Amino acid sequence: MIRFSHVTKRYPARGDALRDVSFALAPGEMAFLTGHSGAGKSTVLKLIGLLERATRGQILVNRRDLGRLASRRIPYHRREVGMIFQDHRLLADRTVYDNVALPLVAAGLGPKEIGRRARAALDQVGLLRYEAARPVALSSGEQQRVGIARAIVGRPPLLLADEPTGNLDPDLSREIMDLFVRFNRVGVTLLIATHDIGLIRALRYRTLGLSEGRLVKDTARA
Amino acid sequence: MTGRRRRTARFHELPRVWLRHQAQNALAALGRLLRTPLPTFMTVAVLGVALALPGGLYVITANVEALALGWERNAALSVFMTPEAGETDARLLAQRLRRRAEVAAVHIITPQEALAEFRAYSGFDDVLAGLPENPLPFVLSIAPSPVAEDAATLERFSAELEALPETDLVRHDAHWVRRFEAIVHLVQRLAVVLAAVLALALLLIVGNTIRLEIENRREEIRIMELVGATHAFIRRPFLYAGFWYGLLGGVLACILVIAGLLLLQAPVSRIAALYQTRFPLIGLSLPVLVAMLSGGALLGYLGSWLAVTRHLRAIRPI
Repeated sequence: MIRFSHVTKRYPARGDALRDVSFALAPGEMAFLTGHSGAGKSTVLKLIGLLERATRGQILVNRRDLGRLASRRIPYHRREVGMIFQDHRLLADRTVYDNVALPLVAAGLGPKEIGRRARAALDQVGLLRYEAARPVALSSGEQQRVGIARAIVGRPPLLLADEPTGNLDPDLSREIMDLFVRFNRVGVTLLIATHDIGLIRALRYRTLGLSEGRLVKDTARA
Repeated sequence: MTGRRRRTARFHELPRVWLRHQAQNALAALGRLLRTPLPTFMTVAVLGVALALPGGLYVITANVEALALGWERNAALSVFMTPEAGETDARLLAQRLRRRAEVAAVHIITPQEALAEFRAYSGFDDVLAGLPENPLPFVLSIAPSPVAEDAATLERFSAELEALPETDLVRHDAHWVRRFEAIVHLVQRLAVVLAAVLALALLLIVGNTIRLEIENRREEIRIMELVGATHAFIRRPFLYAGFWYGLLGGVLACILVIAGLLLLQAPVSRIAALYQTRFPLIGLSLPVLVAMLSGGALLGYLGSWLAVTRHLRAIRPI
């Protein structure tokens, strides 16, 4: 599903964010990406979501070489990658339903299909009853679940989550992780950037450790 | 296999999906403008005035041109005979002139007719009544034939008439009509220059309005990029907003010009009546109306396109 081969990402102002990173994630696999702040976790996710381009090396996602992907094809690539953020990235002036439906509207689906899929995604995260509410009326955990519903509504084969439990208490964090485990069980590939060691230990999935831009740990190799 | 079938079906649906998107975006953009009526009205009012100025100038010059055409048709050579020349001299000269190729018609104005006409228009009744005798000479009003339409022939013929012993003075009415026409052409050219300058201003106004709109919706644009919206998809509502601004500005401009014409019609009719004529003002013809509306819409769309192309590039999803 994902293959990093000697990937380096250099920012002109701050130097190397990633240095010669190589790893592979098989389809249907779930893994944690760990490391301290600035270790390069978010950079890995940005490169996979094509929010950034690698300076050196090769990244394959679904056998597609992201380095060779034309800029006009990027939106279509992003539709196959669901992204979840710590700060949810929801539109405050739209309803929960509108936020979740946004990727489907952008993909040009018909109103009936949008309605069916958006409500199914909200049902999956247990928020169907809040479809007409504004995100600001929801708790932080519920807002995160809206973000997850938006990420899965397009049925992407790959989900990327950047510190999805960063602002949540342990119980809510566990709830969110349970959702991810459920998605993984139906074949969705997940890469979750987190520094919540407690969750990582409790779930016992593969862990990729980054430090100062280098891959220093891969439990699959251990 | 399922995926392949789904992709094929969606390919066939593309034109319908595209049209639905266009209609949805056009209506959504209009709805968004109408939800903020005051700022929308302010922008539309500025655009309307900017479009009304060249539109109004066009209508004015069209009317003045029509007026000049009427004058040109009536333009004549007036041959003022010497005070000694009598009615017989006037008739003989008129007969001679009617045989000339340069002449279409000759009309004799007697001193009595001239005095009566002068009295009617000048309002100097008392002064004229105090004159011991009529000081006005016989006048031959000559309508030139098409042979004498060009300025050189008319000049030559005019000089020939002036050299006749019975002639005191030859006045050529077409001269000032031509000067007037030249001024009208200058004003028309100025209207074109003004239209070009105002079109540029319109592009800037719409561009700036759309730039502000992009700034207000920066976060939304970022999120749309994150979830896989294409640039065309993101750009579309802004382009339609520009289109609506321009079209509504065009509608307002047409209303302003028509209202101006309606206000002017009554005083113009009064002036025309004083000259014992009728002058119905020429309004906005259908092609001009369509040009103002489509021109406004096109300029709005273009201004928006320029702003969107420039400012969307600067927005990155993260």
